[in-house]
Amino acid sequence: MRLIVPLQGIVQGRGGLILGSLIPCALFYFLQFHLKRRCSPSRPADLPRSASRSPLSTRGSLAPARLSDRAESIARPNESPYYVGLDRVSQDPFDEVENPGGIIQLGLSENRLCLDLIEEWLSENLTGAMIGHGGDKGHSGIGGITEYQPSDGLMELKVAMAGFMSKVLGRGASFDPSRIVLTAGATPAVEILCFCLADPGNAFIVPTPYYPGFDRDMTWRTGVELIPVHCRSADNFIPSIAALDQAFNQARKRGQRVRGILISNPSNPVGNLLPRETLHNLLDFAQEKNIHIISDEIFAGSIHGNEEFVSLAEILDAGEFDKNRVHILYGLSKDLSLAGFRVGVIYSYNDNVLAAAKKLTRFSSVSVPTQRLLISLLSDTSFIERYLETNRKRIREMYDLFVGGLKELGFKYVESSGGLYCWVDMSGLIRSYNEKGELQLWDKLLNVAKVNATPGSACHSIEPGWFRCCFTTLSRDNIRIVIERIRKVAEMCKPSR
Amino acid sequence: MAIEIEAAPSVQLSRVADSETHGENLAYFAGWKAYDEDPYNEASNPSGVIQMGLAENQVSFDLLEECLEKHSEASTWGKGAPGFRENALFQDYHGLLTFRKAIVSFMEEIRCGGAKFDPERVVLTAGATAANELLTFILADPGDALLVPTPYYPGFDRDLRWRTGVKIVPIVCDSSNNFQITTEALEAAYELAESMNIRVRGVLITNPSNPLGVTISRSVLEDILDFATRKNIHLVSDEIYSGSVFSSSEFVSVAEVLEAREYRASERVHIVYSLSKDLGLPGFRVGTIYSYNDKVVTTARRMSSFTLISSQTQHLLACMLSDKKFAKNYIEINRTRLRKRYERIIDGLRSAGIECLKGNAGLFCWMNLSPLLEKPTRESELDLWRTMLQEVKLNISPGSSCHCSEPGWFRVCFANMSEHTLEVALERIHKYMEQRRT
Repeated sequence: MRLIVPLQGIVQGRGGLILGSLIPCALFYFLQFHLKRRCSPSRPADLPRSASRSPLSTRGSLAPARLSDRAESIARPNESPYYVGLDRVSQDPFDEVENPGGIIQLGLSENRLCLDLIEEWLSENLTGAMIGHGGDKGHSGIGGITEYQPSDGLMELKVAMAGFMSKVLGRGASFDPSRIVLTAGATPAVEILCFCLADPGNAFIVPTPYYPGFDRDMTWRTGVELIPVHCRSADNFIPSIAALDQAFNQARKRGQRVRGILISNPSNPVGNLLPRETLHNLLDFAQEKNIHIISDEIFAGSIHGNEEFVSLAEILDAGEFDKNRVHILYGLSKDLSLAGFRVGVIYSYNDNVLAAAKKLTRFSSVSVPTQRLLISLLSDTSFIERYLETNRKRIREMYDLFVGGLKELGFKYVESSGGLYCWVDMSGLIRSYNEKGELQLWDKLLNVAKVNATPGSACHSIEPGWFRCCFTTLSRDNIRIVIERIRKVAEMCKPSR
Repeated sequence: MAIEIEAAPSVQLSRVADSETHGENLAYFAGWKAYDEDPYNEASNPSGVIQMGLAENQVSFDLLEECLEKHSEASTWGKGAPGFRENALFQDYHGLLTFRKAIVSFMEEIRCGGAKFDPERVVLTAGATAANELLTFILADPGDALLVPTPYYPGFDRDLRWRTGVKIVPIVCDSSNNFQITTEALEAAYELAESMNIRVRGVLITNPSNPLGVTISRSVLEDILDFATRKNIHLVSDEIYSGSVFSSSEFVSVAEVLEAREYRASERVHIVYSLSKDLGLPGFRVGTIYSYNDKVVTTARRMSSFTLISSQTQHLLACMLSDKKFAKNYIEINRTRLRKRYERIIDGLRSAGIECLKGNAGLFCWMNLSPLLEKPTRESELDLWRTMLQEVKLNISPGSSCHCSEPGWFRVCFANMSEHTLEVALERIHKYMEQRRT
């Protein structure tokens, strides 16, 4: 065995062991010997294998085959407070009755205010809805829902979805069912668009603060990068064209090709609606640079304020801009609270993108029983209208309650018209005006106040101290509890400044 | 004053969008198009194209319908829809535990208890298509390769390669030994990859095989596992047709081989399963990855965010499959019906003078039309395929679409039609063979 020979060489020389030059060698070999015995089985597979197995090799099998580089990076635990907070809540979730000391979730933009309406609808309508009334091939019974269907969705659902989108994204914008691609949630929708619009190494410009999930959804498997462009409270978090321009030019200088810009409207996490003029400017910008523009409008049905919502679809309908570069994202997770059913939409004005995206949906299709249910639900136009109206009202009520509480605490916040959350300025409570200070506050909120809110740094916010607080998973009473808990932490933090 | 409108430079798409790797210009897909344009219908279009190129299982719908009727809570969340809310909001990528348990129990039933599965190792995906792609993303980097025995399912060219950037290197099998996978063929494929400086990350087998319709024997599975262990690469076993084996005793899952070895070297093994074939529910989009490797399970689970199964569907199937009596009964009856279909088609083809590979599983048979070829070439095979499609009006899949090394073999599906339609198809083949003789 290799190891023994050199040691023997050392031992043979009388007094040789003591010689300074030999001790490090001995130590070195000894360390190797020691480490080999203790090494875990997850060593990389590319070490040379010798035919005769060394008795020092690890127990049982050889080191297992490695995963890809892509997988290795995903396998590491995600340290973003966005995900850490969500995990903590699932381990210790607040429940009025069962777990009143648990963590209250303000970090998940879910809407639980109107599920009762859908429950009611289901009880009255469900028997025929799911099994299906035949479909194209005239099958009755289960045959209609079980067979392979076009992976980008049943035409009947696209028609119903087009009708729904024109109500939600509203004000006369019309949607063509043949431009709809249905996906298993908005998560694959944005990834599919990235695969279609960009090559590995290319980039998308994304105004900050933005939804933390984009970092994962848009870059993990696509090899695409995100270039954040910071928006400021002084500008009401509206992206400045000058800043976009600068980012684009800097990217070009370093040889990185920008393929598009991604905006969200209503925006997440701020909740503001982009003014018509800003949208025009963004379209001009995209045209000038010859890049794509993706508008994530998934919260369009969750507008509770009085501001006017303008969808890119409405602007394009008026006909002044080149449509080929515009793609709208939508889905039913927020406006209809059906996140579990996995229904996302890519709406593209570009025929080539549609063709490619449709093919990619084979990896992320909407389950047909779910499609059948939704065809019935979305086609019930009087229910849908009632639902949308009630939903807006209830979100507004919770918003008013919540910001009322924020005012009591003396917090500033962005007066927003859309979304299921509030963008709150808690910078008054942080010790050092930087990301570290913000995370310390986040930690206190999570562990002391037992409230999980999303810190701005997880959303790439450039101004420390902002937090996104979702209030639509709460009941009216819970809001009081949240405010009181935050108050305790606020009081803890104040004397130190 | 006239305003000049310059044609704006058109905005470009990515290489993935423009590439042909989706493979949809193959004969395999062209046949589907022809069927779509002129589909056979007993009543309204009796001379249309009969679809024998789609491996779908329609023989056991009645059993499913019966089960759904019995378990109304599956489709409606019960009276007043309690449980609807949680279900509607449930997007946890772990998946519903009740559903995972139900899938595990179904998989165990198929293997007649020959292997045990742990619901915590089940990762859910929207179909096996997504499962195979996901595993490829996880096990290989762009430019690496998976070894896949030929002939193989044409969809692999797209599913394993398109977005992943991974290559397929074929393990060539031929009729001299009934297309079984040999260690020589495995080694040859590996060496071929090495000679092209391509790094092999794993072997992907389909057991029972598509398009052959044959189960892989235990000794061959052992050889493949040994090979993977020697080369220190992964082994993916796509067992999507495991419930469609005509006789339960003839299927050996890689899980059983691992159990017999006390799970040594199991961290390199991953099983793909789905309900699309065995339960005939492709529209539901239900696939799973079952991995013996913790890191793969964790990573696959996270990546499954792009391809989650509708919580409504999970709920529905959990209700159905938890009914163990139904599951056991279904599997038995489904097997019997498939076997009967298989025997009918083999018989019908034989009396027309056509032989098939001896099969024991799946929704199709592997038909040998090489004696009919003008020349033993791919072009001749495609000519024959076109004749079948345009004159005989049968859409069958040419072996070249499956990368078969020998021309003249065709995959013929028999489970996606009524018995009557099958008879019509056999009659057409008879007529054609008779015409050829004269």
